[in-house]
Amino acid sequence: MKTRLIKTTLALCCASWLASGPAYAEETKPEPKPVKLTTTADHTKFKQLQKTFDSGPEVTKACLECHTEAAGQIHRTKHWKWEFMNPDTKQVLGKKKVLNNFCISIPSNYASCTSCHVGYGWKDANFDFSKEENVDCIVCHDTTGNYRKPPGFAGNPVTRDTEFPPGSGKIIKGIDLSKIAQKVGKSSRDTCGSCHFNGGGGDGVKHGDMDSSLAAPTKAIDVHMDAEGLDFTCGTCHKSSSHDVAGSRYTPTAKDDKGIQVRGKAGSGNPATCVACHDNAPHKKEARLNQHATRIACQTCHIPTYARGGIATKITWDWSTAGKRDKDGKHITLKDAKGRITYESRKGDFTLAENVKPEYAWFNGEVKYTLLTDKIEKSEQRTPINRMGGSPADGKSMIWPMKVFRGSQPYDPVNKTLITPHTAGNDDTGFWKNLDWDKAIPVGMKDSGTPYSGKYDFIKTEMSWPITHMVAPKDKAMGCVECHARESRLAGITGVYLPARDNNRLIDTAGWTIVLLTLLGVIGHGTLRIVTRRKN
Amino acid sequence: MSERIYVFKRFERFWHWSQAALIIFLMLTAFDIHGVYSIFGFEKAVAYHSTAAWTLIGLWVFAIFWHFTTGEWKQYIPTTEKVVAMMNYYLFGIFKNAPHPFRLTTLRKHNPLQRLAYLFILVCVGPLLWVTGGLYLFYDKWAAWGLGNLSLEWVATGHTIGAFMMLAFLIAHVYLTTAGHTPMAHIKAMITGWEEVD
Repeated sequence: MKTRLIKTTLALCCASWLASGPAYAEETKPEPKPVKLTTTADHTKFKQLQKTFDSGPEVTKACLECHTEAAGQIHRTKHWKWEFMNPDTKQVLGKKKVLNNFCISIPSNYASCTSCHVGYGWKDANFDFSKEENVDCIVCHDTTGNYRKPPGFAGNPVTRDTEFPPGSGKIIKGIDLSKIAQKVGKSSRDTCGSCHFNGGGGDGVKHGDMDSSLAAPTKAIDVHMDAEGLDFTCGTCHKSSSHDVAGSRYTPTAKDDKGIQVRGKAGSGNPATCVACHDNAPHKKEARLNQHATRIACQTCHIPTYARGGIATKITWDWSTAGKRDKDGKHITLKDAKGRITYESRKGDFTLAENVKPEYAWFNGEVKYTLLTDKIEKSEQRTPINRMGGSPADGKSMIWPMKVFRGSQPYDPVNKTLITPHTAGNDDTGFWKNLDWDKAIPVGMKDSGTPYSGKYDFIKTEMSWPITHMVAPKDKAMGCVECHARESRLAGITGVYLPARDNNRLIDTAGWTIVLLTLLGVIGHGTLRIVTRRKN
Repeated sequence: MSERIYVFKRFERFWHWSQAALIIFLMLTAFDIHGVYSIFGFEKAVAYHSTAAWTLIGLWVFAIFWHFTTGEWKQYIPTTEKVVAMMNYYLFGIFKNAPHPFRLTTLRKHNPLQRLAYLFILVCVGPLLWVTGGLYLFYDKWAAWGLGNLSLEWVATGHTIGAFMMLAFLIAHVYLTTAGHTPMAHIKAMITGWEEVD
């Protein structure tokens, strides 16, 4: 009996030791992740997709036979309308309405810009937004990586080999929509990235914290998207509901004090914030950091630099130097030592950078755009394309990292408005073809419905982009001294006392004087004692 | 003919030296945090400074208990008696080999100037450092404690003023330990507990 008990105990011990084995093995030798089946439907089996498609809308019609409400859902989103009314400022925004200081604006340039529209055929201001088959399902649901919407085709894919621009001799190869449609699946970093990595006209150009390095990033580039680790997609944070994707650059959540988003909890806000998963006091070891988190956005410390994936982002863009030609009258392209374009006749001068330290500002989530209806004045100060609201005292602001993009762009010095030039387009007035502002501007202004005086000049502008992607692993988060030092990253941040940055100079001088006098006093006294003792 | 008296009891000596070590370490880390130099670096200095502060608070709990239970707190009651004589001694007498105007006993182990200096540290510098330091430690609780309007800048500045005064005191204090019958007499007494008196 006793022996059996001992045997049983031993066996149990062994079993528990064995059971603890795999956990140990996992630490030393990571197992490859199993392939996830993300769909219950094999689209190759669907009759509707087993045919040749000559155009995008034909595919969409097939999709809608089963997904009857999908197009209607898309029709309600910013991705479709490119128009958004900010409920706080009542400004009508969206890609259709705002200007920036990159490629400037969409009016008169639709056929090129709308290669990133979730639709087909938006070639001018008369696009029919009510047509269901105009919705592009594939651009977000492609899993093959072969789907392309080349600029100049108004968001349409090219299904037959096509010479473009006509007469150029350059052939755009046609793609097989049938094969692509049969392989649709969930959206991925690649599908979102096909547009969002390329904002501003190229890889990493606009955002700096979003570029193709996030397609399959290492842990160092993004701790959440780490392709061999957590492997988040964009949608893991930007949770969509009825095809509406959470998160906004027009109404960002600067301060989220709602804590973790529990399913079913009423009044939940933006699910894409850090707090939505990490809560408001996420630092377990160092409580002091949680008190930092009441005034400082997580991104400030956890994204020490942006453009970390080896792809440079544009930092400045000077349109005023555009239009030069070489001695043969041809367009000029200049590159730096790394092969990055620094000048193009079509666009002007650029500067680019990698591993960029952000600038910092108090930000409360209010963004006010300078629109075509707003008067602007040329001065020493740069004209803000967007004004980021915030102050240390409003109780709603946090210190945020920003990419501040500075440039120079055309404006009307008589009417005192920004200008929407006609840039893209294979026609006589497109600036990118003929380098003639006098032709390009009236066409663009007419399309945007803005009065134009006939005179143009260049005005210095700046635009702020809150940095929120490329979250570093915690051991790579910013150290204290980046801010707590005389030469502080937060040098421009007012309204908060930073130990080591804001030491009171007067107190320091007085303090050291007293200390020094005391020291001199005791040295003098001591010397005198030694001297007089010898005498005595 | 000199005699030896037992002035500093075992706990008192332990208290003195451990407090001295803690205060010196606090200063070392303090001026690191202040950005004067970088020995530990800001991050570690802050962590060490906080730990040392909590340790010192713990030590004080024992020290305060000891002072009240033994009645030794009376040693800090200020007196004006012989203050002038002491000042004269430090300013003139000490250089002429004049006799020390104060004869210490176990009931009066601090000379009148010491009493005043220690009392100043206990009543002014100490509380300034404790209050501002304590507030600093609990910065995140201010709003919850109804202190939302308190200015971190004022708290920090107060703490810095206290630190400078403590440093000046430390320098003078260390020097004056050499002003006994022999330069090492007071220091020996603080180590062994026994002081030689005339």
